[in-house]
Amino acid sequence: MKIREIARLLDAEVLCCKDHLDNEVYSACGSDMMSDVLAYVKDQAVLITGLTNPQVIRTAEMMDMVCIVFVRSKRPTEEMLRLAQEHGIVVMATPKRMYEACGTLYAAGLYRSED
Amino acid sequence: MSEALHFHFNVDGENFTSAGEASVQVKKKLRQLGMPPETIRCVSIAMYEGEINMVIHAGGGNADVYVNEDEIVIVLEDHGPGIPNVELAMQEGYSTAPETIRSLGFGAGMGLPNMKRYTDDMKIDTVIGTGTTITMKVYVK
Ligand SMILES: Nc1ncnc2c1ncn2[C@@H]1O[C@H](COP(=O)(O)OP(=O)(O)OP(=O)(O)O)[C@@H](O)[C@H]1O
Ligand SMILES: [Mg+2]
Repeated sequence: MKIREIARLLDAEVLCCKDHLDNEVYSACGSDMMSDVLAYVKDQAVLITGLTNPQVIRTAEMMDMVCIVFVRSKRPTEEMLRLAQEHGIVVMATPKRMYEACGTLYAAGLYRSED
Repeated sequence: MSEALHFHFNVDGENFTSAGEASVQVKKKLRQLGMPPETIRCVSIAMYEGEINMVIHAGGGNADVYVNEDEIVIVLEDHGPGIPNVELAMQEGYSTAPETIRSLGFGAGMGLPNMKRYTDDMKIDTVIGTGTTITMKVYVK
């Protein structure tokens, strides 16, 4: 699924790295606990979270993730957007809650493929 | 064999926001050195978890990374409280992190198990009241 499609499905506002919207995402991970995210390795994944601090961006960078979706219209700080920009990670904010955001992407065919 | 490259970092225990910066630096350096992506990912994740632990559980410390041709060695040393029961701490889900830390996204009790999973060798030396040194090795595949 293209990152652009994720933004459309979630009515999300893209906050940085718009030039990467046509990149592909193959899997997703939804969590507010960063070590849970770090336990999960998949290429070109999207992180869905309600947590907004710089460690979210660093976690995504460590995992080579390509996109972060903030749920419940949480807004990342300028500092976070700067970090994301530096690493080429697309950041977007959706008004949907975690459950609905994950369900929407899952129903649209974005699965967490089994290892 | 050629001599190991050595990187040294001070990990500031007072600053949660900057925690992980050393790991980001190491990731950058390993990329520049042309290490395999999988090796880089294992080193970055293990070091990042260790770095966060030093900040949230031990008041900061020192991080040293040695890059050899065939393996990367990460040494994380702190002068925190030590780990009373290492076997327990290694269990998935075990955490002593307070609610304030959990609200920052840490305290799932997955850090040490992740460090073990992403490295080929891990050794924990800990003394109560003195500190903890964790040595991890990742083979270059
Ligand atoms: N450097 C350290 N010094 C003292 N205690 C530590 C140190 N690292 C880990 N611990 C102890 O071991 C426990 C388990 O660590 P682990 O990294 O697995 O989980 P966590 O840090 O609590 O949560 P998470 O890593 O999932 O965010 C910690 O809660 C803490 O009690
Ligand atoms: Mg931890």
